[in-house]
Amino acid sequence: MKGFWPIAVAVALLSAVPLVTQSSVVLNFLVVALLIALVGQGWNLLGGYGGQYSFGHAAFFGTGAYVTAIAQVRYGVNAWPAFAAGIVAGAIVGAVIGALSFRSGLRGSYFALVTLAFAEVLRIVASVAPITGAGVGTLIKLDLRPEALQFQSRVPFYWIMLGLVTVSLVIVHAIERTRFGAWLVAVRENEDAAKALGVDVIVIKVGAMTLSAAITAAGGCFYAQYYLFIDAGIAYGPWISIEALLAPIIGGVGTVLGPLLGALVVKALGEATKLMTGDAPGLDLVIYGSVLIVVVAFAPRGIAGVLGDLRRWGKRARRAETPAEAPGG
Amino acid sequence: MAEPLLRVDAISMRFGGLLAVDQASFDAPAGRISALIGPNGAGKTTLFATIAGFLRPTEGRIVYDGADVTGLPPHKLARRGIARTFQIAQPFAGLTVRENIAVGAHLHRPSRAEALAAAGAVAQAVGLDGELDKSATALTVAGCKRLELARALAIEPRLLLLDEVLAGLNPSEIRDMVPVIRAIVDRGVTIVMIEHVMQAVMSLAAHVYVLAEGRILAQGTPQQIAGDPRVVEAYLGRGASKRMVGAALE
Repeated sequence: MKGFWPIAVAVALLSAVPLVTQSSVVLNFLVVALLIALVGQGWNLLGGYGGQYSFGHAAFFGTGAYVTAIAQVRYGVNAWPAFAAGIVAGAIVGAVIGALSFRSGLRGSYFALVTLAFAEVLRIVASVAPITGAGVGTLIKLDLRPEALQFQSRVPFYWIMLGLVTVSLVIVHAIERTRFGAWLVAVRENEDAAKALGVDVIVIKVGAMTLSAAITAAGGCFYAQYYLFIDAGIAYGPWISIEALLAPIIGGVGTVLGPLLGALVVKALGEATKLMTGDAPGLDLVIYGSVLIVVVAFAPRGIAGVLGDLRRWGKRARRAETPAEAPGG
Repeated sequence: MAEPLLRVDAISMRFGGLLAVDQASFDAPAGRISALIGPNGAGKTTLFATIAGFLRPTEGRIVYDGADVTGLPPHKLARRGIARTFQIAQPFAGLTVRENIAVGAHLHRPSRAEALAAAGAVAQAVGLDGELDKSATALTVAGCKRLELARALAIEPRLLLLDEVLAGLNPSEIRDMVPVIRAIVDRGVTIVMIEHVMQAVMSLAAHVYVLAEGRILAQGTPQQIAGDPRVVEAYLGRGASKRMVGAALE
């Protein structure tokens, strides 16, 4: 089970946190970071493995959040099935946007712009449509019972979030070892060569986008339950599309643990900036931008790529120390 | 002779005002190597692209294994057993040699382990078994050509379209490659090859078609083609064969 142990270690470390501290500041920080890791993992499946860089993952996040909230507020559905419905709805939106853009042959920046456009259209619709509460937003009624997926303490939320992240890690790790995963990476590397080898490129890309959207939508569903309030700017705003791509790009695109590493680092940087500058608005974005530039310029494979290089470098250094061993070809 | 595996029937391919292929027809009999030769810009690669489904021909029909397959997309043709290589090698750059070949092997093998194992076997057949764990970007030109061939073979094709797999190789690499191609035919795969290396065409092909300015200019055995004055003129210009004969007489 190569590659499985890093996941097990990361999850074990994160599981230990609530045993060490129940501080709501620490847990809140980690819940938000893990939320971004989850949303970023969704983006990573399509962008990192499939090479299709989306600028509009807010479309899936927002759909998950709104469906969870509206199902409860307007239709009296229990929070748990509402959560599941949010994931399914996000997946459907992903399949539809994917089918429309990939069947039209959109690639690269054209695909990125179209996804951004879809997310913006949804944001504007949500800010005027009566069912979403329009400009006022949607407030989920406070009902602090586990049956209503609401909790007094942050600890249960932390466990749920960690559970979702773990599931996303296991899914992506499993996909790496399937035919679907091999074909998805082949599509990223060279579409024409993939076609010539019998890969139905559109089916693979739409499938990846559907799954990607479902994972990101789960983040939106969680957001709605955690904060109990959403509006168009939160659900469909560009902020979440940016967080979704920032975490995997900084952590390492196309790696299982990249989004988690990236989300923790980005969120830690954001908090550190807030501490140092007081709450100067927008300064965290300046930091994000600078970090992104540094990573893209000097470590295009992200933190995971740098760690991999360091490990290989360490191995080579150790090999060089044992002169009896002939250098490898 | 039995029904050919592939019949290209009066294919034309027009790009705006340019007629790249003009009513080209040829047959590829099963279990043989047919070669498609011709000067640069004759339309050979375009013709290949229409056979493999990458371009939809403006006119004409492509019949494969008794069925009209004109206009089917490449992945469907690959599933029916048509494989192609690319003139400019198109490796999956971020993957190892084994993973590259496994993408093709997956077509008939859903299991990852089986596809990776099959990739190893294919690599051995084309002489890449020493480089399985190398990154595809670390291969030499000759290695890239072998990888193109290996990936195409991994889908277990019945018809293999080879687009200049010998171009860019040095004479000793060509000598190594010729038996590899012959071994593929001996296993029952039908091959159509575009090739500029005449020495290889002469020794491999059962039948040669000459394409010039989008039209099939001549066809025959390699010996007939080599002696055909029209073919010499297509390559060297009008009157060339007469001048050559004249020069030989002087």
